Amino acid sequence: MLTDADLIALWTTLRLATMATLILLAIGTPLAWWLARTHSRLRAPIEAIIALPLVLPPTVLGFYLLIALGSGGPIGKLMTAFGGQPLAFTFTGLVIGSVIYSLPFVVQPLQNAFMAIDERALEAAATLRAAPYDRFFSIVVPLARPGFITAIILGFAHTVGEFGVVLMIGGNIPGETQVLSIAIYDHVEAVNYAGAHLLAGGLLATSFLMLLAVYAFNRRVALVRL
Amino acid sequence: MNIDARFRLKRGRFRLDVEFSIPAQGITALFGPSGAGKTTLLRAIAGLERADVGYLRIGDDVWQDASRVLATHERPLGYVAQDSALFPHLNVDGNLRYGFERIPANERRISFDDVVAWLGLGALLERDPKKLSGGERQRVAIARALLTSPRLLLLDEPVASLDAAGKAEIFPYLERLHEELEVPILYVSHAFDEVARLADHMILLNTGHVVASGPIHELLTRFDLPLALSADAESIIEATVAEHDETFGLTYVDSSGGRFSVARKDLPIGRAVRLRILARDISLTLERQSNTSILNVFPATVDEMAEDPPARTIVRLRLGEALVLAQITRKSAAALGLTVGQPLFAQIKSVALLA
Repeated sequence: MLTDADLIALWTTLRLATMATLILLAIGTPLAWWLARTHSRLRAPIEAIIALPLVLPPTVLGFYLLIALGSGGPIGKLMTAFGGQPLAFTFTGLVIGSVIYSLPFVVQPLQNAFMAIDERALEAAATLRAAPYDRFFSIVVPLARPGFITAIILGFAHTVGEFGVVLMIGGNIPGETQVLSIAIYDHVEAVNYAGAHLLAGGLLATSFLMLLAVYAFNRRVALVRL
Repeated sequence: MNIDARFRLKRGRFRLDVEFSIPAQGITALFGPSGAGKTTLLRAIAGLERADVGYLRIGDDVWQDASRVLATHERPLGYVAQDSALFPHLNVDGNLRYGFERIPANERRISFDDVVAWLGLGALLERDPKKLSGGERQRVAIARALLTSPRLLLLDEPVASLDAAGKAEIFPYLERLHEELEVPILYVSHAFDEVARLADHMILLNTGHVVASGPIHELLTRFDLPLALSADAESIIEATVAEHDETFGLTYVDSSGGRFSVARKDLPIGRAVRLRILARDISLTLERQSNTSILNVFPATVDEMAEDPPARTIVRLRLGEALVLAQITRKSAAALGLTVGQPLFAQIKSVALLA
């Protein structure tokens, strides 16, 4: 059976993934829209930066984040200057790390979906008196719905599945930064294979179901594009 | 009330530099060959194309000048593109309501049900736009644009993508637009047939410039423009239905050029119609022929003449107040000894009634 510690880790994981997904949608949607429509020279370098988490070992990302968010880092100093605490080894720090780590999984499906939208539909909407925001919500969002569903599922699933970044910047504080993937690691360390099986099997099944949903929703979505 | 416009813009090697003033009523055709800039101009008027220099006034309202440019969604216009651009995620009803619901109720001058009935869309409302025929899609696009109660309707080759059956399906609706709406229409076309049938006014465009602009019957008969000299040169006369002759199956229509007889058409007396006469269907005689099968014979005077080598002469005739082109051979012109101002008779073999 799940122990109390497991349940707390599960709750921390769900909170983290939900927060990260919401923030990813808020950041990723305008970013993906800009990438899909711009002719700026900055597009390629920004796409490359967003795609970095796909190839970098999570420990590299986690290492830099740890330095930046820690008490000696720029963001850590900034936090301290405003009377706050450094973000390393906090839930907030974990959310920031997760957002960066899962960004390509949200931006890329959205960008693909936005690029597939016919400019003429947007122009037609403009001639029918729809202002830019109105056009976005009445035309772009419904037409890009499969992209949004894919982005939400992948962003959520990828955040649940992260380990390296969490270990580097979050540590292993129950109720604050201990997530399922870390809890599994702890069980294995303690040679509690039954406990590890329970959590690992649960994650495996959940991840499979989420990906199944993505592929069932849209056969042609390119999940990850490099 | 006029529409005054001036646009200058560059797209790659193409330059558009136009200035014109047209009446803010009826249908004005933007006519010219492919690449003349017709669609670009229409898009600039809609605010979809950014111009380096732009000025646009519809009646008393300035939509664009050096200090202020209204965005497309701020311009009370309707736009129908060649490909109809219906929203794929909405059914026909949703497409129609999209613009309609974005207009404040007190600014709606056209009722939803009227437009639906008028364009025959009642049975299509629940349909998916992807499952409509080309003609049906254009009808929906026209209705969708009309439902925003536009002050200017822009039609970009609305029948160009349709086959003959689709064109035949749409034309009656376009003609009714013309008759029943007070909205001025700008109609882009490179098909002269459509223009002759629909337009009151015409802007001739070529390589981004206005070649000529004026009432269509005037432009058709101007010798300095390419239309009068083409093999398919034709004239247009506005007329009204005067009488039906049941015995011989004829309809008589009155025009400033006189009374024409055409094959019986079931139209109400007093209805405005348009007569279209091909220049090559007119022959000239110095004396009225008494034994002829031709019904439409009118006294006329020679207004102007131009030789069109090798074999043709174009003669512009004045029939009453109407101007009509006749295409004869140079040999005939010489044999008849035609001179400007000369009275003669025009025998018109065939008259098409457009209604």
